[in-house]
Amino acid sequence: MSSVGSQIDRAAPVVEVQGLSIGFAGANGGKPIVVDFDLTIRPGECVALVGESGSGKSITARSLLNLAGDGAKTAVHRFEIKGRDARSFGEADWRKLRGTVTGLVMQDALVSLDPLRTIGQEVAEVISSHRILTDAGAIRDRTLQTLGKVGIPNPADRALQYAHQLSGGLRQRALIASAIAADPDLIIADEPTTSLDVTVQAQVLQVLAERIREGAGLLLISHDLAVVAGIADRVIVMRDGRVVDSGPTRDVLTHPRHPYTRQLIAAIPSGRSRGSRLASARFEPGASDATAVSIVREPLPQRQAAGEVVLEVKEISKSFIAPKAAGRAKSVVLQDISFDVRAAEVVGIVGESGSGKSTCAKVVLGLLDPDDGEVTLLGEPWSSVAEAGRRRLRRKLQYIPQDALSSFDPRYRVRNIIAENLPGADGRIARLDRIVSLLELVGLSADHLDRVPRSLSGGQRQRVSIARALAAEPAIIVCDEPVSALDICIQAQVLDLLAELQSRLGTALLFISHDLGVIEHLCDRVLVFQNGRIVEQGGAEAVLRQPQHAYTKSLLASVPDIQRGLSAA
Amino acid sequence: MTAPSHRSFDTAVPLEAPQDLVGFEASHSLAAIAVRRRLPFGLVLSFVFVAFLIAASIAPSLFTHFDPLVGDFSEGLKPPGWAHLFGTDRLGRDVFARTVFGTRYSLLIGFGGVAVGLGAGIVLGIIAGQRNRILDEAVSRLFDMLSSFPGVLLAMLIVTFLGQGMLNIAIAVGIAGIPKFGRVVRAQTQLIRDADYVTQAAIYGLSRWQVFIRHVLPNVLVAIPIIATVYIGSTILIVSGLSFLGLGPQPPTPEWGVMLAESRDVLRVAWWPGVFPGLAITATVIAFSVIGNHLQQRFEGRLA
Repeated sequence: MSSVGSQIDRAAPVVEVQGLSIGFAGANGGKPIVVDFDLTIRPGECVALVGESGSGKSITARSLLNLAGDGAKTAVHRFEIKGRDARSFGEADWRKLRGTVTGLVMQDALVSLDPLRTIGQEVAEVISSHRILTDAGAIRDRTLQTLGKVGIPNPADRALQYAHQLSGGLRQRALIASAIAADPDLIIADEPTTSLDVTVQAQVLQVLAERIREGAGLLLISHDLAVVAGIADRVIVMRDGRVVDSGPTRDVLTHPRHPYTRQLIAAIPSGRSRGSRLASARFEPGASDATAVSIVREPLPQRQAAGEVVLEVKEISKSFIAPKAAGRAKSVVLQDISFDVRAAEVVGIVGESGSGKSTCAKVVLGLLDPDDGEVTLLGEPWSSVAEAGRRRLRRKLQYIPQDALSSFDPRYRVRNIIAENLPGADGRIARLDRIVSLLELVGLSADHLDRVPRSLSGGQRQRVSIARALAAEPAIIVCDEPVSALDICIQAQVLDLLAELQSRLGTALLFISHDLGVIEHLCDRVLVFQNGRIVEQGGAEAVLRQPQHAYTKSLLASVPDIQRGLSAA
Repeated sequence: MTAPSHRSFDTAVPLEAPQDLVGFEASHSLAAIAVRRRLPFGLVLSFVFVAFLIAASIAPSLFTHFDPLVGDFSEGLKPPGWAHLFGTDRLGRDVFARTVFGTRYSLLIGFGGVAVGLGAGIVLGIIAGQRNRILDEAVSRLFDMLSSFPGVLLAMLIVTFLGQGMLNIAIAVGIAGIPKFGRVVRAQTQLIRDADYVTQAAIYGLSRWQVFIRHVLPNVLVAIPIIATVYIGSTILIVSGLSFLGLGPQPPTPEWGVMLAESRDVLRVAWWPGVFPGLAITATVIAFSVIGNHLQQRFEGRLA
């Protein structure tokens, strides 16, 4: 039913939805989660659904496959899939439809693929269960052909492997292969590249773009406007279950009309936003052209000049030896890493997953001892002394993790969390005053004292985590991906807070991130990690604008960028 | 996908309070709470039954005016009726009174056994859960040894060593339960030992001991009441078995296992002296298991 139909009416929409509303009885106070959603996707077209977490984008996409979940109540004006009225479909119709007409690619391939089956079996199942082919040999050929199509090298060998044996990028491609095996007219991809490194993300996006060129429709769900810019023809921006902005990608991203879209675009950190507050961004009419707008931001307070060396890392190396079962193979995670961080300086570490960034942070934090080399803190030996000797200096070196919630004792309230890291014993009242002033410093208030962290939003949790680190009055804070789990607007607020406090207090930051935009926005200097080595380092602007090393160049080329994406599309 | 009418949501639905936040309020009846919190009927029944059990073991004379130890021979083996709710046994003692008075022994030995098992299990489990591989191996093998005997058999062995009596039987059942509790505590300790907030505490500059006392221990202990409830039922079952074999309290104590043993001789002519204490054991075990399982499900995933 798939190929013949699309040949006849090329321009007829693959899917057309008008006035879709979704709600769950009892949840959300009985109010619908998605209201009045319209969507049309034609063959060879990519529509992107953009919004923050909780905006209703995933549930909307799922309801297009009738997979909104148990208890979901949907109401819709008009819902046609390839010209057939989907409102009258029964469960059997939907089953026939999934795979052949629509394919779904989800974010986490490891969870979406069956751990007990090889990726070859996974793809073959889609082909055989829809009885597209019945001959075993033909199914095998088609499977290998599909795996090849999504850019998996040596498909014959890879088909025999299980999902957990593949790298993240290959795994995601295998998932796409199973989604497109039956040649669907519509692919729904829900954050397909969110957990991937930038270079792998670029490859996966290319695979999807290839499908569009072959005539499939793509509904891409993403929170990343830059990803969207490079691939989507049209963009729909959702907020709180409502469509707030939509139109051709170029119009929406370069001339955003809705304040929310503007806010989303302006909150993206980059070299252009250096030294200014991200959350303060507003759009003003351009000088030359009445329709053009330019982003105006308020500046951050003046930075203090870099002072003495706070942290010195000298030629550290670390390797791990695999357990006996895995053959005691030695893997080198860090090799001859040397750098220093001065007072009031922000030093960024970038690199892909597995490059040794986090291991380096652990060594600096004194949670792991290096095999070779030495770390000194405030001029005193750090990595070479025993833990008991380090304890005296511990307050001077603090840590802001990516996942704030799991770093809080589940029994503790906000006041206990901060109090635990507060030095001295100067009476209960004085301590309470100090805790409240720390909360106010990070934009919270005394009202939050007795909140349990679970009841706080992601941004608030990260603020508590920052307040906790500052409580110890540290000389340097190690931040490990502190904003990567946050939505773009919240990320902007937290970055502003970090930058402002940093320049006010003169605390040095060692800032680890995979996001080059964040690094360029915030950091004075940057270290580029690859396979446990520093391949390039220098001033952030110099390294990220004129990279010298091939790896830095490829990293930068893979980072999606709105301007570049639009001009390429 | 059914579409009766477009925008069927526009009719405003009043805001419901989130279920989790609805607390117990004294002014509301148990049934009302059950309905509002959508508790399953069996669970409510189990809670009510356990409440009765506790009341019966504290003040058994509230439930019956008969003496559990003294009977009238002329009234021997009367079937259940209005005079004697559960009938009488061979010696003319009221079976209902004996069952009610027996609650005390079963609960006491059951709780005592769990306490002994938990106490030792917590200490050993925490030792095994530390980062010391030798200690872990030693303790874990001890658990293996203890659990390689069936619980009843091991308890019998220990009672034979210690001699009969309520305290000894509680100790015996407790020792037999050590591996069960110890393994759960060990796993929980390992989980929390590696939790991010424990690492974070090390970064504060707390000593290992401070980290353990402040963060590891309390979070390990959070799970204990739940584990205890789950195992009380099965402990009571073992205790009744041992009493039945004559290793626990001795006749004429109205303990349920003892009553079962006494009823054996007359079972051909009178079913009631055996069936009622048997039902009491069954109902108690089920009630505790239902409550324990419910608690476990409720707190699943919230402990780490």
